[in-house]
Parts: sequence; C-alpha cells; structure tokens
Amino acid sequence: MSSRPLSPHLQIYRPQLTSLLSITHRGTGVFLSAGILVLAYWLMSIAAGEAAYATAQVCLSSLPGKLLTGLWTFSFYFHLCNGIRHLFWDIGAGFELKTLYASGYAVVISSLTLTAITWGYALSNGGAQ
Amino acid sequence: MAEFTLPKNSKISKGKTFDAAKGAKRSKRLVVYRWDPDSGENPRTDTYNIDLDKCGPMVLDAIIHIKNEIDPTLTFRRSCREGICGSCAMNIGGTNTLACTVATESIKGDVNIYPLPHMEVCKDLVPDLSHFYAQYASIKPWMQTETPAPPDRERLQSKDDRLKLDGLYECILCACCSTSCPSYWWNSDRYLGPAILLQAYRWIIDSRDEATGERLDDLEDPFRLYRCHTIMNCARTCPKGLNPGKAIAEIKKLMVSRTI
Repeated sequence: MSSRPLSPHLQIYRPQLTSLLSITHRGTGVFLSAGILVLAYWLMSIAAGEAAYATAQVCLSSLPGKLLTGLWTFSFYFHLCNGIRHLFWDIGAGFELKTLYASGYAVVISSLTLTAITWGYALSNGGAQ
Repeated sequence: MAEFTLPKNSKISKGKTFDAAKGAKRSKRLVVYRWDPDSGENPRTDTYNIDLDKCGPMVLDAIIHIKNEIDPTLTFRRSCREGICGSCAMNIGGTNTLACTVATESIKGDVNIYPLPHMEVCKDLVPDLSHFYAQYASIKPWMQTETPAPPDRERLQSKDDRLKLDGLYECILCACCSTSCPSYWWNSDRYLGPAILLQAYRWIIDSRDEATGERLDDLEDPFRLYRCHTIMNCARTCPKGLNPGKAIAEIKKLMVSRTI
C-alpha cells in the first residue's frame, strides 16, 4: 500500500467572498507594514532638507510611485473598513450569512470609494504630480 | 508552516472517461476524484457522462448510479440519503456539502467531485476522519456534573436555556465546515476547527453542564481556539445552515468576560 495522498484544497475550493476578503485583509495588512517604511522614508526626507525632499517627491510621484501609493491608499481604507467589520464580529454581531455578505460588499465598495475620493482630491488640488 | 501546493504523491492526473449517456435526453458529466491505495499510482480524475433520466435527482443518486451501472470500483460513504447522517460529505462544485442534498442539475457545467479538502484519503472519496473524531473526543462531548441528578426525574432546563442549544444541537459532524476552513487546512494538528468548536460551545452553553470553567480552560490556547480568524467559510458551507463562526465568537466573548 502506498502512502495516502492529501486531498486537494486551494486547488479546487471555489473562491468566495468570505475567504477572499479574509485573505485580502491579511494581504493589505502585510502590504501596509511595508508601506510604513516608505512613509518613514518620506517623513525623514522632509527632515533631511530640501534636496532630499525633492528626490523623495520625484520617486513617489513617478508612475511606479503613484501605483504603489495608490495601492497603499486602497490597502489602508480596506484594512480600516474590514477592521471595523471585525470589531462588530468581536462583539458577536453580524454573523448571519446575509449580513456577512452585505457587510462584505459594503467594505469593498466603501474602500474603493474612499480611495477614489482621496485621489480625486489629491489630483484636483495639484498633489501627486 | 502552511504548504499551499499538493505533495508529490497527491498531484492529480487525468484518468479515464466513461460515456454512459448515449441517446440520453438529459446528460451530465461528473468528474470524480479517484485514488486506489493498491495501485501505487497518483490520484486521478475519472469522467463519467451519465443519463440523468436513469438515476435519481441528487448527486448521491448519480454516484450510486455510477457505482451500480458503470464502475463498481468507485468508493464513497453514504447511509441515510436524507441529510441527517453526514456520511456523504464531499466537495461538490467547489464547496463542501452532502451529496444527498444537492441536486445534480443545480450544478452548472461539469460536476466536479472531490473528497473533503486537505484530508488524508483512504480511497476515492473517503477521507480519513480519525483525527477529526479524536479532536471531538478531546472536548469531552458529554454532560459533566458534580451535583447528583434528582432521584425522581431527569435534570430539567428552562425553555430559555433550552433555546440556547438551537443552532448547535443540529450539527451532524459531517466535517464540511472544518475542511472548508483554510485555518484548519494549515493548522489542523493543533487547531480544533469550526465543527469541534461549535460542539464545544454546545456543552459550554448547556445550563445543565457543570464543567464550564474547565471547558473554557481547555480552549484557552493560541491554537485550539484562537486560530479562528473569522474567515467564515464554515457558515457559508454548512449543509445544515448552522453558524460555527458565530459559536466560536461566543466562546471568545466568554473568554474575555470571565477575566473582567
């Protein structure tokens, strides 16, 4: 008899809102931790004087810089909104499947909206150029 | 550390195709996970094209039809065929459920059938549930009391206290929820998983049980209870419509409330 195989899991389990939002919460958390370093670099560049700050601005407002900061903005709002969802769960509320899905979609929509508002505001005020 | 890919001996290849739907008005393709412990080969998926007019409406009817008429080597568990024994729990169309309560035609496209995910496979659709049952035994799923029972009658419970068991006592331990939980996939050696924790809560909340403190002590552990990250695949997949995630949240609340 050969050794028993492990039945497939990630390979076959259908992605669904429950698990997708959970892994996104984890992912955005990790990504935000990396973002802290960049935020620290940006703040330090301010302290380091005009030349350093100008370099930081060039880096961050380049296309990859904008892409990253955009992703960080979304990650921040997603993690915040889903974090609030988690707080409700911690008091035992919102576990019914219908509520679970409604709050899940609400998190996705609100984090996208907040990201759009933030970037709309920044771009229309001449920031992030 | 979690392993996201399948070990070498578990990689799945494409197997045989059986066409048993010649001249059928309504046909359906079932793609079924197969593994034979005596063959020494890796698992494979066999495809059965079946005539839906020749078998009953449920996925269980379809695989019984395959076993009786097409391929007698197909192995699976079944008993009650009405969603109360939990034997025919498997992964159908990407989610865990009972084969006897899912209509074959309700699945769009091919019906993919796998054993419960991330479990050791005994044969075909039969996973090894020994560890799951051992975890169940570990929570002492029986009433523990110090005070003797009244001599003339059973231990009574108020209607309100009895109501607290609704949504818990209906669990049939089919293991659909636990094997849908990524946290259980990666940590089943130490994390109890949704089914067992729901059962634990069923005894914790029972007004007649007198070991509530000890039960909570046993669960106060970074892994046994707290590997639940509220992913909620459990409630999404439960074929009985129960909510293990909520039961776990209630245990966590009790843990906090007894320390303040």
